[in-house]
Amino acid sequence: MAKVQGAVVVDKEGCKGCSLCVEACPHDVLALHKEVNSKGYHYSYMSNPDACIGCANCGVVCPDTCITIYRAKAS
Amino acid sequence: MELNVVTKPEEIMDIKEIIKPENLVYQKSELLNDDIMHYCPGCSHGVVHKILAELIDEMGLQEKTVGIAPVGCAVFAYNYIDIDWQEAAHGRAPAVATGVARVNPDNFVFTYQGDGDLASIGAAEIMHACNRGENILVIFINNGIYGMTGGQMAPTTLEGMVTATTPNGRNVDLNGYPMKITNLIAQLPGTSYVTRQAVHTAATARKCKRSLKKAIQNVLDKKGTSFVEVVSTCNSGWKMSPVEANKWMDENMIPYYPLGDLKDSVKGEHSEN
Repeated sequence: MAKVQGAVVVDKEGCKGCSLCVEACPHDVLALHKEVNSKGYHYSYMSNPDACIGCANCGVVCPDTCITIYRAKAS
Repeated sequence: MELNVVTKPEEIMDIKEIIKPENLVYQKSELLNDDIMHYCPGCSHGVVHKILAELIDEMGLQEKTVGIAPVGCAVFAYNYIDIDWQEAAHGRAPAVATGVARVNPDNFVFTYQGDGDLASIGAAEIMHACNRGENILVIFINNGIYGMTGGQMAPTTLEGMVTATTPNGRNVDLNGYPMKITNLIAQLPGTSYVTRQAVHTAATARKCKRSLKKAIQNVLDKKGTSFVEVVSTCNSGWKMSPVEANKWMDENMIPYYPLGDLKDSVKGEHSEN
């Protein structure tokens, strides 16, 4: 089990569904949701939250800066 | 906000325990306002805006920064970063920046230009501003196409690349060769730091941030013009998905426009290139 655990919070309305964060994630945490936001984009969400290590790669590549990342030492 | 909390084994922390202010690793810079950018999904402009906003914030330059917005997709850059901006006529951003930087030498002045703006209509302005060694930072977004007007050929369009005005691909006999304007600028003695970066992966975006930080510091230290090219994608103009565009850029753009520093010295010293 990973020594750190991360969590990604996606601003659903700010996301344009470009899926660059999905590609950038090294642990396949993120995916595009089957639902859409009010603009009609399939927004990004944590489909596999347990695997997140809070590396912030998704936040760095997000062109719309709609990702906030948290990381904590695993208890 | 999609938390998707499900029952987990005990050793895995609940996601609500992780989402606390003390665990924050990365968030939107305070200099970026809440307007949703008009850029297409996956556009490199958003990443460069974000890096710039983060650096201006981290270096405490908000009150003394003046950005010169170009004509191109980034024409609305002033809507997104909370600093002073001045709009310039097409290609004339370096000329406007020269004026601002000379009148207010304590300000940090930068231009933000695309390849149609900088390498085509503004080629004269950028050459002479760099040759004079104005204390400005030039951010050059090179996506090989005129993005805003519908994907026409730009000076930086690769050989054989299909655009709206070269439907059979760029023919060098007819249209000339793709212009490596950053290499030309590196020859000019007025420049201090000339580099070519990209933002298509997390690693390159972090590296780009370090380069931009150095470029800003050089301007503050009055070493001469700093020039940062960012090889970018235009997935709408290239008619690709954002992920495919990044891959295409990696395979085609970067071999022609290799990443790395082209010059790192001070104004008045000739490049070794």
